[in-house]
Formats: sequence, structure tokens, C-alpha cells
Amino acid sequence: MKPPPLDIVTPSSLAEALSLLSAHGDEARPLAGGQSLVPLLNFRLSRPSLLVDLNRIADLAYIKDGGDHLAIGGMTRERAIEDSDLVRKEVPLLQEATTQIAHLPIRSRGTIGGSLANADPAAEYPAVVLALECELVAQSVRGERQIKAADFFEDVLTTALAPDELLTEVIVPKAPSGSGSAFVEIARRHGDFALAGVAAQITFSTGTPTDVRLAVCGAGTTATRLTVAEEIILQDGVGAEAIKAASDAAAQAVDPMSDLHASAEYRRRLVGVMTGKAIEKAARRAGVGV
Amino acid sequence: MADTMPSYIGRSVVRREDNRLLKGAGTFVGDMKLEGMLHVAIVRSQMAHARINGVDLTAARDADGVVLALAGEELKDVLPPISGMQVAAPKGWRDGMDPHIEIPDQTLVPHDKLRYVGEPYALVVADDRYLAEDAAELIDGDFDPLPPVANAEAALDAEALVHDHLPGNIAATLHARKGDGEAALADAPHRLKRRFFHHRYAAMPMECRGVVAEYDSRTDSITVWSSTQVVHWVRREVANALGMPEDRVRVVAPDVGGGFGGKGHVYPEDILVAYLAKRLDRPVKWLEDRHEHLLNAAHSRDNLFDIEVGYDDNGRISVVKNYFLVDSGAYSPVGAAIAGNSIAHFMGPYDIPHYEADCRVMMTNRTPNAPYRGAGRPEVAFAMERSIDLIANALGLDPAEVRFRNMIQPEQMPYAVGLPYRDGVMIEYDSGDYPEALRKALDGIGGLEAFRVRQKAALAEGRYLGLGLGCYVEGTGIGPFEGATVKIDSSGKVMVATGACPQGQGHETAFAQVAADIWNVDIDDVVVTLADTSHVTMGYGTIASRSAVTASGAIQESSDKVKEKVFAIAANVLEASESDLELRDGSVGVKGVPEMSMTLKEVARAALPGWIHQRPEGIEAGLEGTAYYEPPTVTWAYAANAAIVEIDPQTGVPKIENYVEVHDAGTLINPGIADGQVKGGLVQGIGGGLFEELSYDEHGQLMTGSFMDYLLPTASDVPPINVIHSETPSPRNAFGFKGLGEGGAIAPPVVIANAVCDALKPFGAELNNTPVRTEAILNILDTGPAAAK
Repeated sequence: MKPPPLDIVTPSSLAEALSLLSAHGDEARPLAGGQSLVPLLNFRLSRPSLLVDLNRIADLAYIKDGGDHLAIGGMTRERAIEDSDLVRKEVPLLQEATTQIAHLPIRSRGTIGGSLANADPAAEYPAVVLALECELVAQSVRGERQIKAADFFEDVLTTALAPDELLTEVIVPKAPSGSGSAFVEIARRHGDFALAGVAAQITFSTGTPTDVRLAVCGAGTTATRLTVAEEIILQDGVGAEAIKAASDAAAQAVDPMSDLHASAEYRRRLVGVMTGKAIEKAARRAGVGV
Repeated sequence: MADTMPSYIGRSVVRREDNRLLKGAGTFVGDMKLEGMLHVAIVRSQMAHARINGVDLTAARDADGVVLALAGEELKDVLPPISGMQVAAPKGWRDGMDPHIEIPDQTLVPHDKLRYVGEPYALVVADDRYLAEDAAELIDGDFDPLPPVANAEAALDAEALVHDHLPGNIAATLHARKGDGEAALADAPHRLKRRFFHHRYAAMPMECRGVVAEYDSRTDSITVWSSTQVVHWVRREVANALGMPEDRVRVVAPDVGGGFGGKGHVYPEDILVAYLAKRLDRPVKWLEDRHEHLLNAAHSRDNLFDIEVGYDDNGRISVVKNYFLVDSGAYSPVGAAIAGNSIAHFMGPYDIPHYEADCRVMMTNRTPNAPYRGAGRPEVAFAMERSIDLIANALGLDPAEVRFRNMIQPEQMPYAVGLPYRDGVMIEYDSGDYPEALRKALDGIGGLEAFRVRQKAALAEGRYLGLGLGCYVEGTGIGPFEGATVKIDSSGKVMVATGACPQGQGHETAFAQVAADIWNVDIDDVVVTLADTSHVTMGYGTIASRSAVTASGAIQESSDKVKEKVFAIAANVLEASESDLELRDGSVGVKGVPEMSMTLKEVARAALPGWIHQRPEGIEAGLEGTAYYEPPTVTWAYAANAAIVEIDPQTGVPKIENYVEVHDAGTLINPGIADGQVKGGLVQGIGGGLFEELSYDEHGQLMTGSFMDYLLPTASDVPPINVIHSETPSPRNAFGFKGLGEGGAIAPPVVIANAVCDALKPFGAELNNTPVRTEAILNILDTGPAAAK
């Protein structure tokens, strides 16, 4: 279980990293926290000839207050996000989701950019950026572009990023006043990839939902928004019946796969349960009784 | 022995091993670096069953850094296979089991046929492991796939044969009879007939396996460092394979990071690495990575039971018929030992007059099956303890009550079971109070009555609480023997070496405690050497919950030999009668005369050969004795378990609220160590009950090849565990010891299953397979209460 022969370069600037990726194209892979890539290398399931190690680029790890949003550098460790008072205050959904990623040693290495670019369908961050309608900043030697979260995740481990692009920043809108959020998931063991996880952020005006964001992970080829369930809550509020209907709609909306850990049917069922729990928790946190 | 010092046995002495282990200063096989050392990568089958047409090594041989690449063809006339009977089957056992045993020998590297995913077919030796793995990728095997024999039941009727000489894929059959099962079943007022399946999982030590070997051409000798539980077995097989005298083969197990049975026999790599070191005359290292470990280190459990039980209106069981299949995979390194354990332990702590067992050990295209903590006992405890709960339900009795009604009472001790044990001796439970253990376990969860009240109240609120019980007995401290050498040299220290091979159990501390008490010396004056064949001529190793009993027995017997000399010499020097002497505080002295004594150091000097010795006539020089303790038969540990589980009705997840095991392993050497042992076993049992599973698909592919898919319980998954130790001394040895290495791991799967079924009793639920799956629980909840059906 040793990686195949490969070269590693450790650029100290973003420009240098981008030009290496540009020069080597498909043959190069950027190395962020390494929590998914390194095991793949050791199993020889990923065989790049060059690793571009991003860990020495100082100005890619930051959490900045941008007024109506937070700007989070692609190389920001999950642990830094988890511990950030700014994130806890302004985007509690992101903070809560982060605490549920794997285990502390993994969060200490893993990065937000790495997790999003890896696009594991069971990972937490894709569901969060979909729910929060984040903008993802991609840079290459060709320039910079912003990709809407909704346009970013294409398939299992596949994103809209080109081989020469790096995900350098995530723009996360601050939670509106009157909103409540929750991230709930179920895994076979604490810290495993979720069998089903749901991100919820619901904004209320005098007890009535005015904006409903629900997204699910672990139950399909990519994380997805639960639009029908959102619509039900927006129309019918957060009474028990509406939550039940939204949960059922969420379970209907997903297309999970069966594997060793759960059948598609069980996952579908869990999506419904997690959706209900997430809505209830988010509403309660917004001060709306359910 | 004068009681001038407090006894060390019974005290939680701090483990001497921990000083190095906790500082990261231990030495494991993986830490070893020898000058000029080469590294091996092993190429393993990706097919469950295939004919080998040829293996092309050309490209690998030309690759960077490669010293040697070879396949099975080159070894077929060079290295003999390993015996399929690494554990002997004595006559007394054969007489009682009517066995038909044709366990196949295991070829180290097959040249003709591959029988499981993970089986080696070629290997590369290179300057480092990276280069070895690079070259291994270049090896091109030409195989014809054969139909896989997927599991034990399918194997019976499969056209394909795992071994051509074993029709029906049957490697062994065993039969045991007590009383008249047929007649008893015909007479029984009630009968229960069920199928139970205990799934495949494995020991999964933190340290995978590994071997380093170094050949010395000057003395034509070889040293092998292996992460093993049985250094003397490895020495035997290496010497046999390489045609060397055992005296020229030294096998050492350095620090070992867990074994749990999975390292309890000789593997092909133990011999292959030694062979390569000798052939190349350079040190060679092979370290098993986790993927290899999951594929290639022995798996365990995987038994299918068809059970019939006869019982009366009071729940008294008169007869059990037990027909079962063991899925042994492609080989069975310890022969029929696991199946033998299963047959012997089925009736557990219960007084059952009639019993029949028929077992078939099946060959399939899976990884070989060998003992893992419990070794045949968790499987039968599952079948028996589930049966008792089912009987209780059928009669409307509490499962605890049915257990009490069937249990062997303390006044029946010693209790003759009517079956032979694996050591050939008829089983006689030696001591204990089984009902008392169960009573204590029920007290431990707050009392049976109180729980039933709570359970009813919870149910009224739509909450599902269940109580799971599980009782077992365990034959421990099995022979055939253990060796020990005890010496006292001019330093006056007591040096103890035994064939025991610890993997984290704290043997260095525990045996120092035993020896310090035997010699009445300070524990710091005892030096313990373990797991090194150069220190003990013949030894057996640490498997089967045996070392506390057997190594202590050997230390005692070898000490007795040395003591005879110590007393004779001291009597000579002190001009006293031997019968007036006693051991006290590291000295030998005249009883009642404090000033008349000499230290062990002085005795050792007086014992030296040469001109100035002070030995009496007829006493040979030196204070050294070796003994091989052959226990009369096993000692019987036992336990009662109780756990409370609550089911999440939305997700089906069972949460263990509290888990209690009352465990009796006789006199405890070190209660702290014993507590850790039992708890560790319970955690492994909980893992097996809920998470751990080696899953195969229909093609015989292992689906759980990494820790992403093979789920070990983590700290977050372990409930509060309360272990209560009873200490009923065994009458079978001087110390009263029984073994406890395996105990904890036996009961949790059935305790969890029983608890979940108890919680879901309103649904008429049965869970008769392990592991307990949340999905199955949810399906039961979906069916609605039984009354509504």
C-alpha cells in the first residue's frame, strides 16, 4: 500500500501553483488536506505523475468578513472553521456541519476547498454550500471565475472545475436575521460518511417561513437541494403535518444507491427522517415553536 | 513460605510494559531496521477461484531495485506446505467425536490453483517496499476463472471443489452424543426449531502482521522476528521448511500490537521471509498492510446452525440437537479446533441431559478461518442464548427465569458434561456459581423487576426498551503444555522465561507478580523474558485463554526444581536442616531466627561450579531449572451478561444504555489488567454484534477491503460498561487461576440481539442472524404490533 512513483512540488505562491497545474494538465493533482487523495494514492487508485502541494501557500487559508458574506480561503482547515467565532455567529449552519465531518485529526488536516473539489456525495460541505447558495471562486492562469454552488457538482467526485483550476475561495452568505439552521446526519458510526445528512436554513418573518433552504447529502450521486420539500414548508409553514409532508417529499426526491452500509430504501427513509429533524431544529432555533 | 511480604498476586501492579509503550519506545516488527535489509511485496489473487496457467515475471525482474521475483512454480519442490493440523487432536477427543478429518495442508505460494481473494501467487524482493510494489504491478498472471464456492451452505452442493480431493467440500465432520437426543426430542412436550447464523468477522489487531528474518552464514542459523502469538510453532515450521535443526532457528516476537487469535498460528509469510533471508543471505522484511490484513489474515466465526430444542411447560430443556456448518474458507490452519470448541461449549452453564451435535467443516473460496477471541464460543452462545429467549417467549416466561430454571446449581459442582474436551479429557466444570453470576448481572442493570416496570412505562410512551441476557462458560488454560526456565545468577535476580507470547496482555508484569510470590522477593528483583525461543527450549504460546494458567504452572514447577537446590545449599552453608528454612524477603533463612539467613545472591554464588563452591554432595552446580507444565485439563471460567438497549423508532438504531458483565476467572493475578482484558473483549463483541463484517459478494470478492467499509467500534460507539469480577478459585491449579483472555468477546452479539428482540417483543420480532442491522429493526417496526397482524 505505497503510492505509485510520482513527483511532488511545493509552490509557495498561488501563481506558481496555477502555472504548474496549467503546464501539467491532467497529469497533475493538487494536494490540499490529503484526507481523500492520499488513501487513493496508497491504493494506487489515483495515479497522477505530479502532486502540487498547496500546503505552503500562506494566503489561501483565511476567514474574512465581507459585510454580507464570509470569504473563506480554499486551504482553510475544517478545524479552523469549526473553531471560528465569526463562522459560529454569522453562518451557524456551516459551523454545525463542520463539527460532523469525520474526526478531529481529519478536520485538522482537511480543507474546505479540498472537500468541495473532491465532491464526495456523502460529504457535508457540498450540501451546505448548496443550501446557502454559496459562490465558489475558481482560479487558473486563464483568470478567475465564480461558480454558483448549484452549477458546481456534476457527478460522483466530479465538479465544474477544469484540471488547471483551483478552488481558491468560498463566498458564504451570512445567515439572515430571523433565520434558524440545522445540520443533522446519521452514520453507521460516529464520524463515518453520512448515510443521510440534511442541511436546513429557514428564515421566518413573524413565525412564517419566508425563505427555506434544504439540501441533502449521502443519498445520490451528488448533494442536492430538496426543492419540493422547501416549497411545502414555504407554503404550509412548520406545523407537524407540513414537516411530515416535506419529509416524505424529500424521501421521494432522492435517488440513493444501495451499498454495504445501507440499502437505497433505508437511505431514502433516513433522508425523510433527517429532513424532519433538520426542519424542526432550524425552526426551533429561529424561535418558532413546532 | 513465610508471609514476610505482601502477596503480589491480586494487586493491580502498574504494568512494567507501559513505560516503554506509552512513550512510543516499544519495538514492533515494523520498527526493525537491519543493515542491508530488503523488502518484500506479495502479489495476491484478485480472483476467488482460478486455475493458474502461468505467471510472467520478466518485467518485474527488470524493474528498478528488484533483487528477486518469483512465483509458486519455483517454490513447489522447495518449500513444503504447512500442516492443516497445527493443533493436534488427541485420542480421547477423537474417541468422543467420531471425527473424519481431512483438513488440507496449505501450500505457501500455489502454482496450480488459487482458492481465495488475497492468496499469494508471486512475490518481489527489492531495495525498498515502494520499488517492490512498483515491480509487483508488472507481474502478469494468466488465470482461468473457476466457479467460486461462495459459502458453506452452497459448498455442500457445489459442483466446484475448492480442493479436488474433498468431495462435497467437506474438510471434517464431527459428531458428539450425550444421552439419547432422538428419544428425548420425541418425548419433549415442546420443540423449538430454528436456524441461526453467526457472520464472519475477525480479530483486527491494531498492528497488522509482519516478519523480519536474518540469516547468519557463519553459524548456519537464522533469526526470525514475527508479530506472532506462537514463536515456538513458527520455529518448528521454519526449521521443517528450511531443513534446519530447531536449535539453529531463533524466533522472537518483539512488542506485538494485539493478536486476539489472529496471530495464533503459522502463516505462509513466516516461512517465506525466512526462506528469502537464507536464500539471499540478506535481512528481509515483510510488513502486512491493512488491505492485505483484511484479505489474508485469518477471518473467523461464519457458522450456520440448525437447532432443535426440546423443553417442557416449565421451560426446562431436556435436549438440544445442533447441526452446524463452519465456513472455514480455503484452509483451516488449526484443523477442527474451532468446531470442537463449538460442540463442547453449546450447552453452556445449563444442565441439559441430552445433546447431539453434528458438524461439517466446509471449504469455500474465502479467506481461511482460524480462532479469534472466543473461537467457536460466541457462535454457539448466540444459538443457545437466542433459543432460551425464544423458549421464554413461547411460554410467556421471563428469559431470566428460564435461565435460572436450567442452570447448573453450585451444589452440582464439579459437573460432568458428558462430552470430551479438545484436550481429550471428559469435560467436568470445576467450580463456580452460575445463578449467582446472573443475579449479580441483573442487579448491575438495576434489577429485573425494576427494569420490567420501566420498560412497560416506556412502551406506553412509544419508546422501545429491551433487556438482553447472555451466559456462557469457557474452557481455559488448555494444554498441551507450557515451558518455563527459572534461573538465579550471581546478581541474585530471579530470571523467568516462558513460552508465553504477549500481544499487550501485560505478561511481563503478571508473571513477575507470580514469580515474586513464588520466591518471596521484591517484584523489581524478577526479570521476565517472553516470546523468544532462545530462552525456553520448548514452548507453546499465547492462545486460547491459557497463559495465566499454563505459564504460571510452568514457572511454579521450574521454580520448585530450583528451590530444592536453594534450600540444599542454604542448609549446607547455614548448617541448618532444610525443613527449618524458609524464603523471606529475597533471602533464605532459618524460621524464627532472623539473623540466620543468606540472600539469594549469596546462595547463587555458593551454587557456582568451581573451587570455592559451597554445594553439598550430590547437588549440581547452578541455580537453573526448566519445567514443562502439562495441565490435567482445562479450568472453567464463566460469565453472565445483561444489557439494556433502547431503539430509535425512526431510524432503527439500537442504543446500548448500559452493559454489565459478571465474569469469574478464578483468582485474579492483576485485577486492573483483568478488567482491561474483559472490557476489551466486550468492545470487540459489541463491534461484532453491530458493526464489523467481512462481506463477500456472489463472486467471492471481499467487499470490505479497508477500514472505510470494515467498521470497528470507536470510543464513541462504546456504551458504559461495568465489569464485575467474581473470584471462584479453580481447584485444578495451585493458584486458583482460570483464563480470561477471550471471555469478554463471547456474549455481546447475542446480548444485543436478545435486547433488541426484547424491546421489539410487541412486534413478535426475531433476529436470528448477526450482525444486528438497524435496517432489519426498522423493518420489524414497520410490520406493526403482533396483535394487529
